[in-house]
Amino acid sequence: MLDANKPFPSLPAKSGVGYKPQHFAEIMQDAGPVGWLEIHAENYMGDGGRPLAQLRHLSESFPISVHGVGLSIGGEGALDSEHLARLRHLCEWLNPASFSEHLAWSSHESAFLNDLLPLPYNTVTLNRVADHIDQVQEVLGRQMLLENPSSYLAFEASDMSETEFLRQISNRTGCGLLLDVNNVFVSATNLGYSPQAYIDDFALANVGEIHLGGHDEDEDDAGRPLLIDSHGREVIDPVWALLDYTLERSGVRPLLVEWDNDVPEWPLLAAEAERADAALQKALA
Amino acid sequence: MNNHTAFTSALLDPALPVPEGLLDGFGASAGKRFSVYRNNVTVSLIDALHEGFPAIVKLLGEANFSNVARDYLRAEPPSSPLMMLYGRGFPDYLAACPPLAKFGYLCDVARLEFALRESYHAADATPIAPQDFAQIAPEQLAQVKITLTPSARLITSAWPVFSLWRYNMQDGAEKPIARAESTLITRPEYDPIPHLLPSGGDIFLNAIIAQNSLEEAASQASEKHSNFDLSTILSTLLSSQAISHLSLEDQP
Repeated sequence: MLDANKPFPSLPAKSGVGYKPQHFAEIMQDAGPVGWLEIHAENYMGDGGRPLAQLRHLSESFPISVHGVGLSIGGEGALDSEHLARLRHLCEWLNPASFSEHLAWSSHESAFLNDLLPLPYNTVTLNRVADHIDQVQEVLGRQMLLENPSSYLAFEASDMSETEFLRQISNRTGCGLLLDVNNVFVSATNLGYSPQAYIDDFALANVGEIHLGGHDEDEDDAGRPLLIDSHGREVIDPVWALLDYTLERSGVRPLLVEWDNDVPEWPLLAAEAERADAALQKALA
Repeated sequence: MNNHTAFTSALLDPALPVPEGLLDGFGASAGKRFSVYRNNVTVSLIDALHEGFPAIVKLLGEANFSNVARDYLRAEPPSSPLMMLYGRGFPDYLAACPPLAKFGYLCDVARLEFALRESYHAADATPIAPQDFAQIAPEQLAQVKITLTPSARLITSAWPVFSLWRYNMQDGAEKPIARAESTLITRPEYDPIPHLLPSGGDIFLNAIIAQNSLEEAASQASEKHSNFDLSTILSTLLSSQAISHLSLEDQP
């Protein structure tokens, strides 16, 4: 019923940015190369006020991607039905072009931990995650995208690769994938594998959106580089190169720049979106 | 299999060892790598409290605030993914925190800050216009019942909570003096505004919230405070768009 009036049925293969309220006026005036916006679902679950008013305005001019950060799809327990109902309410009200969540967990029993926590990749977790995604897609009545995480450690209990895990989840549930190339770079560096090999093995045909973001550098106990997915600075050149490598193989996709901490003035974020747009143009050429 | 129980406990208690079965990707155990998650959880929740309670940060100082916030988040991590609601229990935690017991006002200042946040996210409502009062026949005015907008909040306190908040949040604000203060929060459009209530204002508004008539609420306030001034508080409610509805019991 809503779809009949849906102004933006899908995300365009253009660059987008993670929306920050401090950029509202500039985006509404001139968004430059930015063709769509992504919001964190949980920030728009209040009853009213400025957040929902801004979102209503934005959604009249831009395709919106709703990106959940609190559903805990990788959790051991059942999904939080209240939270799922809030997501359904938001999606029914906003009718966004896309909904995505993370291959991670963030809640356990009564505690919400406000971080994207890791899980091992094996048959037990595969079944659990697939069941949760089936439930999400059934409740929301739409396909969702599942994002690859940033990893700082691995599990003895894993017996398959992350790319294999994501491929099987996508094939089994029909969900699309959200490929975060910064997360690939961070995880590959941290766990000692090739980011290009990860891309080569990724189910690129199922990718509905690509993310880019900045990370910080640290060291582990052994003095090896330990990259932290902080979303607090510009995307570094090796990640832009990994994006080019990916787009050559996947073709163009909706491409998002995330900058969530130490949020810059609009011109700096717009410049990152410009660079993302240039990467898409290059891939088209 | 309760792997997430051990993982969660270790995230919230740095004295616990790193959970078993975690690797660094190079054949050794994860060690310090687990601290990335521990740090993300701790810092992001301290930041959320910091953002939500700026006057408490000023009153305690940055370092003290971070210490108290760290203890609080370990004792009471969020119970929902809606971070906009995190910290509802923080005022009571401050009141029960032994080193802070002598600063009895902290709890009420924190209640005021949390109420500002609730007001910010509350449902929209169309306020009545001042002339809507004129639509009511003078002889019926006493029996009118007032409904406040969903974004209105009343904070009563035995401490000068409004002045403490303002002194810490606004440059050049007057120093607080020792007295009880009650605060009305309204949200004319999108930004909540605290108003210091005149004497009796809290009694009046509590009676209004309990759906007493205008006359009954005013008389309750006047009984305790002979200088209670109905027109001042009605003017505040109207000018700050805090009334969503007027009703008369006898009318359908």
